Amino acid sequence: MSETSTQSAHSIAESVYRAESRRVFATLVRLLGDFDVAEEALHDAFHAALEQWPRDGVPENPRAWLVSTGRFKAIDGIRRRARFDSIEDHAEHVENIADESPQGDDESIEDDRLRLIFTCCHPALSSDAQVALTLREVCGLTTEEIAQAFLSGAPTLAQRIVRAKAKIRDARIPYEVPTPDELPQRLESVLRVVYLVFNEGYLASSGSSLTRVDLSAEAIRLGRLLVDLLPEPEAVGLLGLMLLHESRRTARTSSTGGIVLLNDQDRSLWNREQIAEGLALIERALASRRFGPYTLQGAIAAVHAQATNADATDWAEIVGIYDVLLRLEPSPVVELNRAVAVAMRDGPAAGVALIETILGRGDLQDYHLAHAAHADLCRRLGETAKARRSYQRAITLSRQDQERQFLERRLTELPA
Amino acid sequence: MKYLCLVYLEESKLRTIPDSECKAYGEGLRSNGRWLAAEALQSVQTATTVRVRNSKVSVTDGPFAETKEQLAGFYLVDAKDLNEAIQLASKIPPARVGSIEVRPVRELAVQ
Repeated sequence: MSETSTQSAHSIAESVYRAESRRVFATLVRLLGDFDVAEEALHDAFHAALEQWPRDGVPENPRAWLVSTGRFKAIDGIRRRARFDSIEDHAEHVENIADESPQGDDESIEDDRLRLIFTCCHPALSSDAQVALTLREVCGLTTEEIAQAFLSGAPTLAQRIVRAKAKIRDARIPYEVPTPDELPQRLESVLRVVYLVFNEGYLASSGSSLTRVDLSAEAIRLGRLLVDLLPEPEAVGLLGLMLLHESRRTARTSSTGGIVLLNDQDRSLWNREQIAEGLALIERALASRRFGPYTLQGAIAAVHAQATNADATDWAEIVGIYDVLLRLEPSPVVELNRAVAVAMRDGPAAGVALIETILGRGDLQDYHLAHAAHADLCRRLGETAKARRSYQRAITLSRQDQERQFLERRLTELPA
Repeated sequence: MKYLCLVYLEESKLRTIPDSECKAYGEGLRSNGRWLAAEALQSVQTATTVRVRNSKVSVTDGPFAETKEQLAGFYLVDAKDLNEAIQLASKIPPARVGSIEVRPVRELAVQ
C-alpha cells in the first residue's frame, strides 16, 4: 500500500471513530452485557482498526467489522483472564456471549442506541447520575468535559458514573427498550434528562459564564437522535422547544456580556433557520393530539418567535396556553410565568396581584425570578419601595453573576 | 435473580389495607412462580434491637432507626431483572399508602 492510502485508511478509521463509536459501543453493551467490558472492547477494536486498515484496506462495512472485532477481543480477554481465575464462571460467560449472533443489521443497531438511552436514563438511577451517564455513554463526552460543563470536580463525577454502572450491573437494570405500557413514564425520564442538559447549557444556573454552548448543542443532538429513533409527540415537541429557545441565543446577551430580556431583544438576531424548524416540529407535535408539557412550552415559544416585537406578541394566546399547561401540570413556576403574561395582556397591576398571591401562599419564596418579576412590575407601576425590596431579595437569591449584575443595574436605576 | 421488597409505611395507615388483599397478592405471586418468601410483621412497638460490642450483647427497645415510615413486612421475589421487580413491587397493596424498597440479593462471596 502506498503512503497516501495508508494515511487515508488511518484518517478513515478516525472519522469512523467520531461518527460510529457510540453506535458500536451501544451494540457491544448488548452483546457483552457490561458497560466497562464494552468500553474496553471498543478501544481494542479501534486500536486493531488503526493497525489493520492501513495494511489490509478499509473493510466494506466498517461498523460491523468494529462490532465483531470488539466482541472477539472481549471474548479473548475473558478467556485469557479465565486462566488465572475460576474457569467455570468465565466459560459460562463466554458461552453466553458466543450464543448471541452479532446482528449487524441497521434496525437492531438503532434499537441498541435506544436501549442505551433508556438504560442511562433509568428512573432507578439518581437524576444526577442519569445526566452524567447519558453525556458519557450516549454522547461520548469525557468525564473531564462533563465535570467542566457542570462546574463540578472530575473525581466526583467519575465516582457518580462508576456508582451508576455498578447499580446497572448489581441491581440488573435491563438493557432494553421499554414495553409500550411502560413507555410513557420511561420516556418522561429521558426527556427530562435531555431538557436538563439543555437548560444547564442555556441558563447556566451558577458561575460566571452566562451560556455554555456545548451542553445545549449536545442536548439538541440528543433530541434529534430521539426524534429519529422514537418519534413520540413529546420528543418532537421537546426538540422544537429547544430549537426555539436556542434561536434567541445571540440576542439574549449584550456585547458586554449582560442579559437582554426577551422583550428587549433585537429580534433580527434570532436564528430564522432554527425558528422555522422549531415551528414545524411544534406544529407536528400539536397535530398528534397526544402532546404534553414540552409541546405546550414550545407552543408558547412559537408565539414569541412569530411576533416582530414584544408589543406585537399575542399575549392572550400565551395566557391561554399557560392555562392548558397549568391544568396538565400544575406548578407555581408555570403560575408565575402565566402571571407575567397576564401583566403583558392586562397591565402590570394584574400581574402584581397574581404574583403576590403565589408568594403569599408561601410558594417560590426562594426563587429569585419570582422576586425579580415582582420587582419589575412594581417598578412599572411606580411603586418604588416595593420594587426596591423585591430587587434586593432577588439579588440575594440569584446564583449567577450576569443575572445579579442585571438586577443590580435595575436597582440603581430606580428613582430615589 | 432474587429481590427483597421491603414494605415501609406509617403504621396508622396499615389499617387502610385489608389483610385479605395482601394475602391475595401473595397467592398471585405464588401462582406465577415469583414467590420465594413473604411475611407481615407485628407493630414496631414490639421491635427489639440487638448489638454485640466488645463481645457484650446489648439489647434495647425499639427499632434500629426511628422514622415516620416503619418496616411492616417483606416479599422475597424471583424476577428476571429490576424492571420486572419494579412491576411486582408496584402491585404490593401497601405501595399505595407507603413505599417499597427494592433491593437485589447479594450472593455471599465464599467458595
